[in-house]
Amino acid sequence: MTGERTVGERTIGEQVVGEQVAGGGSGTDDFYGRLRAYEGRAAVAGGEGRDAVNEPMIRHWCEAMGDTNPAYPASAPPTMLQVWTMGGLSGHTGGSIRSEAYDELLALLDGAGCTSVVATDCEQEYLRPLRPGDRVTFDAVIESVSPRKTTKLGSGHFVTTRMDIRAGGELVGKHRFRILKYAPARRSSAAKERTTEVKEARRPRPVINRDNAGFWAGVAEHRLLIQRCTDCGTLRFPWLPGCGACGCLEWETVEASGAGTVFSYVVMHHPPFPAFDPPYAVGLIELAEGVRMISNITGVPYDKVRIGMPVELEFLRVDADLELPVFRGAVA
Amino acid sequence: MTVRVGDELPPLRIPITRTLIVSGAIASRDYQDVHHDAEAAKEKGSPDIFMNILTTNGLVGRYITDHFGPHVRLQKVAIRLGAPNYPGDEMVLTGQVTAVTDGTAEVSVTGRNGIGNHVMGKVTLRLSLDFPHGEADSPQRGAR
Repeated sequence: MTGERTVGERTIGEQVVGEQVAGGGSGTDDFYGRLRAYEGRAAVAGGEGRDAVNEPMIRHWCEAMGDTNPAYPASAPPTMLQVWTMGGLSGHTGGSIRSEAYDELLALLDGAGCTSVVATDCEQEYLRPLRPGDRVTFDAVIESVSPRKTTKLGSGHFVTTRMDIRAGGELVGKHRFRILKYAPARRSSAAKERTTEVKEARRPRPVINRDNAGFWAGVAEHRLLIQRCTDCGTLRFPWLPGCGACGCLEWETVEASGAGTVFSYVVMHHPPFPAFDPPYAVGLIELAEGVRMISNITGVPYDKVRIGMPVELEFLRVDADLELPVFRGAVA
Repeated sequence: MTVRVGDELPPLRIPITRTLIVSGAIASRDYQDVHHDAEAAKEKGSPDIFMNILTTNGLVGRYITDHFGPHVRLQKVAIRLGAPNYPGDEMVLTGQVTAVTDGTAEVSVTGRNGIGNHVMGKVTLRLSLDFPHGEADSPQRGAR
């Protein structure tokens, strides 16, 4: 199929607003060199179809496509070729069928910020129809990795793989597939939506289970409860089913006095999470009782938080359904 | 029906419903969340779920066999995607015969939706033996 690219550059071409062979610094060229080194290496070796070609899957596919061709399901629609190679919801038996090389290439691109993926091209050749009962096997090779391209979606690299599909050892189809691995472009409208989301987004809900329900029951009563092993007396936090010191499963609770100090802290600048407004300080608070907990520090600007700063427990209502124990600091 | 270069296929209008996008993705065993979970799609920067490439591929194949009949055999389908198919849109597939040679025809296919060209492609098909075609009339014959 090489040399028959009459599809033209138009569709994605419309999206490719500028093209740059990532240059300017030898560092970026080196990066493309590392990507290109994967060309010709296996992407999939010894793949096996999850299911034999079968009438129910053909029928479901025809129903979805609205395809009433009477040739189906006695034979499979040729354009189902890729379907027989798909891992489905639970993936291929025995885990991913991607080669180590292909995983490495995708990881390199992820590492360069090209974390999003979109399929752009599919070129298939059908050598003989597949019929119910056929079992497919397949192998694929990394055919090419493009230089960095800037598209409407964002900038990234096109990765093309070429797959041979066999049934009973006989080549039945060829499948060339191209994806764009890209770093999403920041769009002003999207950015605006994100800002709105931050305003409307709610804090993550705590996961309350049998092991920590007592803690949240305490919070509801504005009491910060610490577990204490009834056997060896060791205090523990966060809540766990057993004692880390002696393994005893019996415990009682002690109410914290509320006094503590900043044991350590970090300031979050990036990435932003919905409902949080960076920069903000995340404190590791050492309670007067000796255990430590992670919490917010209130009443002090993020850049005024210091290790050793005394703090005092308070309860912060973050929305109608959620109250959290936080610590108010006092600027010296 | 004689097949000649330049023949235009009647357009096929396909409403892009959520049902089509989701059923197409699942029937093609593509469980990427952007094809069935609108919230997940939004988190990834897409305004809504969108059609997967395997469904587009299937619709292009169907467009050709619906028109030429069940006795033709698809030999090649090559597609390139552009503007995504989002729910509530409509895609209009159009096609034109670009070559006829030795019982084989080439059809260029375009699927246009409300925001642009969703797909451009080329399909090569084997016409059945009892399928008359205008090979002798093909101006491209000499060129090939």
